[in-house]
Amino acid sequence: MSAAPQKAKPGGQQIPVVVSAVVPLNDLVTRFEFQCRDGGAFPPFSGGAHTVVEMKDGDLTRLNPYSLMSDPADSSTYAISVRREDGGRGGSLFMHQRVKQGDEMMISYPVNLFSLDLRAKKHIFFAGGIGITPFMAMIAQLERSNGNWELHYACRTESLGTYVDVLSYKYPNKVHIYYDDQNQAIPLEDLLDGQPLGTNAYVCGPKGMIDWVHAAASAAGWPDAQVHSEEFLKPEPGREFEVRLCKSGKTITVGENESLLEAIERAGVEAPFLCRGGACGQCETDVVKADGEFVHRDHWLDDDQHASGEKIMPCVSRFLGTLELDR
Amino acid sequence: MTIQFNDETFRDDYSFYNSDWAIKRFPFPFHEDSYMYAVNMEQHRGGPEGSVYEKRFDVDEHYVSEMRDRAMVLADDPLRCQSLPHMTLAGWDLLELIMVSKSEDYPDLFELHRDGNQWRWVNKPLGIDDTFTFLDETTLPYGPMEYITRQTQGDFCVLDQRDDMLWMDAGMVTTQADWSLDFDIGMNFFEWHAPVPLAHEKGIFKRALKFLLNIQQGAPARRLNWTMTVNPLLDTSPENYHIWGIQKTTLTPENIGSKQHLRVELQTFFRLPRSNALVFPIRCYLCSFQDLMTMPKWGRRLHRVVRDLPVELATYKGFIDNRPMMLDYLSQFDDGLPTSPGVWPDQETEPPLQK
Amino acid sequence: MSKFQFPESIKSRPVYGTLEPRPGKAHLFVADAEGAEAILDLAAASPDLMAGAHIIYIPKGTDFTEKLRDLNPAQFYEGPTYAASVQRLRHVLENAHQGLQVYLTGTEGLMGQAQNEAMQAGIPHTAIQTEHRGSVARRMQCVHCKGITEDVITDPFVCAHCGLNLFVRDHYSRRLAAYQGVCIDAEDPGNVPEPVELYK
Repeated sequence: MSAAPQKAKPGGQQIPVVVSAVVPLNDLVTRFEFQCRDGGAFPPFSGGAHTVVEMKDGDLTRLNPYSLMSDPADSSTYAISVRREDGGRGGSLFMHQRVKQGDEMMISYPVNLFSLDLRAKKHIFFAGGIGITPFMAMIAQLERSNGNWELHYACRTESLGTYVDVLSYKYPNKVHIYYDDQNQAIPLEDLLDGQPLGTNAYVCGPKGMIDWVHAAASAAGWPDAQVHSEEFLKPEPGREFEVRLCKSGKTITVGENESLLEAIERAGVEAPFLCRGGACGQCETDVVKADGEFVHRDHWLDDDQHASGEKIMPCVSRFLGTLELDR
Repeated sequence: MTIQFNDETFRDDYSFYNSDWAIKRFPFPFHEDSYMYAVNMEQHRGGPEGSVYEKRFDVDEHYVSEMRDRAMVLADDPLRCQSLPHMTLAGWDLLELIMVSKSEDYPDLFELHRDGNQWRWVNKPLGIDDTFTFLDETTLPYGPMEYITRQTQGDFCVLDQRDDMLWMDAGMVTTQADWSLDFDIGMNFFEWHAPVPLAHEKGIFKRALKFLLNIQQGAPARRLNWTMTVNPLLDTSPENYHIWGIQKTTLTPENIGSKQHLRVELQTFFRLPRSNALVFPIRCYLCSFQDLMTMPKWGRRLHRVVRDLPVELATYKGFIDNRPMMLDYLSQFDDGLPTSPGVWPDQETEPPLQK
Repeated sequence: MSKFQFPESIKSRPVYGTLEPRPGKAHLFVADAEGAEAILDLAAASPDLMAGAHIIYIPKGTDFTEKLRDLNPAQFYEGPTYAASVQRLRHVLENAHQGLQVYLTGTEGLMGQAQNEAMQAGIPHTAIQTEHRGSVARRMQCVHCKGITEDVITDPFVCAHCGLNLFVRDHYSRRLAAYQGVCIDAEDPGNVPEPVELYK
């Protein structure tokens, strides 16, 4: 349209930040607080949003999404809480072991793939473990507008009950805690029964818990559109494979422990992305030729698209064989 | 630059006019000698100095008169501005976006002073100086969306985002190309575009929706759309079509140059941070055929575009009956010479009319 | 036969399905005229549904009432008109819980208006089942005066409120439960084509 169309930067706009606090919460979870490096205010955000944190780990650039769990109305500080995954790909270990107060980092503008339905007459939150983080921000947002909400939060043990103390103290009548090691379980069927029309349910936690809530709500006759979930997929390791990038004329090898997207980036080829967890659709890539078998793991493409072999989401999906991409 | 605001009307005697400055910066929408739908999105991060793309919300010589026209439309029909109850937060988002943008982009015209949630807003062209509490509706004379869009040129659709879909759940619509907010409010993206021919089949709306769902905070986008209007009538609403429709039949070979206007919409898209909604401002620019013909390149190109446009599109855009008369007029300004690529008039390099 | 195959149309035009049983403790049926047949068909296939069913039915001169009563729904109400039934419908929705299944069947006007009530009560429109039966008459809104003309069966038609000659569009508003009617002779006053029956 105008003189020179400007291209969007992959991953969206970034904000230069300084780590203003590192607060260990228990054996597994640590909170990281950020302030703008220029001393200014952060953009406001909506409950449920995440930010993609860039970690410079030697030659490697890690980009991991974390839910923003601070009060969306507080523009002085952003906070995330990170659970240490000892068997993970290293992002959370980097955060826990290497990131110190005063460090300079880059984080993305907030992106929300798990927002509140503001039409809801009532919001019920189901959290499992570190899945509590998006609800911290949602609760803060709803409290400012006198929203009707309640939280059901399952933790492994009392000592691993991240933010249980503050939540129970501030909202004793709205927060319900269940400890696995005390054989307490969320009474899901009872909770789904008797809610007023227009209630929306939200679940964040392990995949098993997400599937459980969706299935139980469906069986109780809840509309699918009123049950929301967020699950960040992590790229899973797999067999090494080779990819030809047609547009840039490069051939790359995707290592066992990196994602296809990371391998493309490592080769210096610019590729769009946002969530890096198979949910947002931004990194969708056309397949030119495929000799082998797709390992689709994203939530973005539908079954037909997966079957067609014409598209792949390189942030989480892999390939067994040789692949040619329009990138 | 200080803007000299026109005192003009968009109804009755139609005293609307474009200065030479306004003609030169008119957002001519055709980048080549033919037209077909395309998603044609680009980032909205400034543009050449003085162009309508430069600022986040362009303010031009028509500002004061357009706002006066909007107030008249709303007095006649308050249903042109509606917001479903869950969209109030998005209204505050929009108010903040516009106040911050305008006070930064036009400090000589607009001022915003913030002390926590106590805000003071000064709009010099409209003589407004209001103090209010951010996020407290009781401190404004209208809802936040209505308050700020009574002071901002262009229509505004505020779209809620749910279930990977956009929903037209609030808007201020008084300068529309023949669609009704009152009828379309609550519809999803495909539904409110349902009457548009050809584009669904071409997959345009599916692609556009995917793009829009992914618009991020801090990364707005824009595109152009266009239609034709007889007389510089801003409010071409379906509500009043039984009144203004007849004006389409008043064109004659003698008056077509001054009466027939190309109507261009600069559509922009911003993610709203607190609500995760999307705002879709649709800014309308009008230019008469005779003013457009002062740019030789635009004269050549407009003739070719109108001549070759598919019948469905000419019908949908409402000028199929007038097309022969338009072509008789426009052909005088087409000498068959090639045109340079892109939308700009290229006055220095394009040859004058060779006939 | 009360079923009619509507021609393919634009994306805002509602598409009706065939009622099917869905899980849930409570089942609300709203129907008019031949819509009764869709309920009878569903009940024949899934008789268990009736133990939790509340049927609100407007016969419009048909005689299905006894057959519906014989299904032994938990509650049955016969209303003389939709307008007379709507207070009851609202009360039921206000007191309903998540998991309520809503089944609408009969004319487009009835389904559209009841759908709107259910949406306002908090049920997403995608979760509300509809099945068209009987008359193909349309509920039309005049885009000019905003008045609703019920049971429109010809195109063009005269607005019952302002008297303009309107043509029938397929553009449909769930919120208004109506199609859009637009002045047909705005650019050539008085030139109004002969009305033709819809779908003929």
